[in-house]
Amino acid sequence: MVAAVAQRWGPAISGWARKVPTWVVYLAGTAWAAWIFVSALITPDMTVQADPAKYLEHRYGIVSLQLLLAGLCVTPLLRFARINLIKFRRALGLLAFLFLALHFLVWLVLDMALRWSEIGADLVKRPYIVVGFVAFLLLIPLAVTSWNRAMKAMSSVAWQRLHRLVYVAVVLGAVHFVMQEKVWTTESLIYLALAVGLVGLRATWIRRW
Amino acid sequence: MFKPDLTRAEVTPEWMWNRRKVLGAMAASGTGLFATPALSWQEVAEGLEPNTFEQITSYNNFYEFGTGKDEPLENAQDMVTSPWTLVVDGLVDNPGEYELSDLIGDIPTEERIYRFRCVEAWSMVIPWNGFELNKLLAKVGVQDGARYVKFETAVIPEVMEAVQYPILDWPYTEGLRMDEAMHPLTMMATGLYGKALPNQNGAPMRLVVPWKYGFKSIKTIRRISLVEEEPLNTWQDLAPQEYGFFANVNPEVDHPRWSQASERLIGGGLFARRQDTLMFNGYADQVASLYEGMDLTVNY
Repeated sequence: MVAAVAQRWGPAISGWARKVPTWVVYLAGTAWAAWIFVSALITPDMTVQADPAKYLEHRYGIVSLQLLLAGLCVTPLLRFARINLIKFRRALGLLAFLFLALHFLVWLVLDMALRWSEIGADLVKRPYIVVGFVAFLLLIPLAVTSWNRAMKAMSSVAWQRLHRLVYVAVVLGAVHFVMQEKVWTTESLIYLALAVGLVGLRATWIRRW
Repeated sequence: MFKPDLTRAEVTPEWMWNRRKVLGAMAASGTGLFATPALSWQEVAEGLEPNTFEQITSYNNFYEFGTGKDEPLENAQDMVTSPWTLVVDGLVDNPGEYELSDLIGDIPTEERIYRFRCVEAWSMVIPWNGFELNKLLAKVGVQDGARYVKFETAVIPEVMEAVQYPILDWPYTEGLRMDEAMHPLTMMATGLYGKALPNQNGAPMRLVVPWKYGFKSIKTIRRISLVEEEPLNTWQDLAPQEYGFFANVNPEVDHPRWSQASERLIGGGLFARRQDTLMFNGYADQVASLYEGMDLTVNY
């Protein structure tokens, strides 16, 4: 079934992807982030209006996780369905980092209102915040070395190794989502399953970690 | 009929007869000797701007209708709350299944503006309509052996979609120690902003205990039991290391997963300021004596 669908649509999608320049993805992602901010201000949704900062914090976090998971789908799609979206992978990763940085900033400025002593205490004492923060830290070197020049300066093996940190980060991100819930929710568990599944899939082709 | 003892409901709470405390509080607050201490909630409410009706009714935790803050508003509207059966049992003189309006219809209601602090570190200011719980307890007659009041939320699977999932151990259960239940700040709310209590806020009748985290203020009460043993409340049952029986607002005792030192006031917009959380949510003068000698880091 999957194979048939891939055969029918794979080449078409790959061909369409070839025609779309990557800047379109960067632009769409950035516009999305801006729209989320604006919508928090102008939405008629009373629940959002009651606490727009929390809405922003949650939206940015969720979208970041979604983009990381989308990025992790790129290689399996190529391997198993012959759909080539490789050219968008860096954009997905960098946009995920943008949303994650916004998630962190909203938490710092709008949620915690820059109360540094409480922020500091949270960062070391609260397990779910520690987990999320570690994921953010792990992704910084990846974002920094995502440019062509950095890729050239590093050996390809070293670069690839470094960028496998995304596997750790995405699982930590999903765990962070599950941990901050007061009860088990289906939504957060689905994210965790997807993260573990997509990372686990790598074991089928990565021989040496 | 001869009555050997007064019921607990007829006993004046300690803070009212303890002259030293009452006079001390009056002196501290600058009120005269003839001021009524029962109006002390007004001192706390002074200068507070109540949240809007829309904020109070569209940002809710009511897991029977879903775990999202928007779900109670969306899903609770089909619940029929009149007529309403209230079960009163346990150590009471007049147990039974009451039609709610028959039981509370003649208790006069008043408006009180209370601070409301959620365990999730946000807060609101809410103008409730209702009456003191002790008035309801006086009507059913509390017997001497009763040391706690246990409350249960209704379970109505036809309208409460989430009760088919084991998110919490339904029915939602809460409890108060007798002196907490008798305290004049402890209210049964039947309305807010002068209107009937909306379903998502706990219609037809809910508990309001302003110095405790919001989850203690159980909604849509179906059953009230007077009991001897401390009831196991739902959140303590789910995660005893995170939620206790008392759940008094306390900025010095953190939730294991987040700080309770401060809170965000709902409705202040995107740049709402975080404010310091107050001991007993600002009601320390009225209730701190209930917990004298208790280690609040253990009894959280």
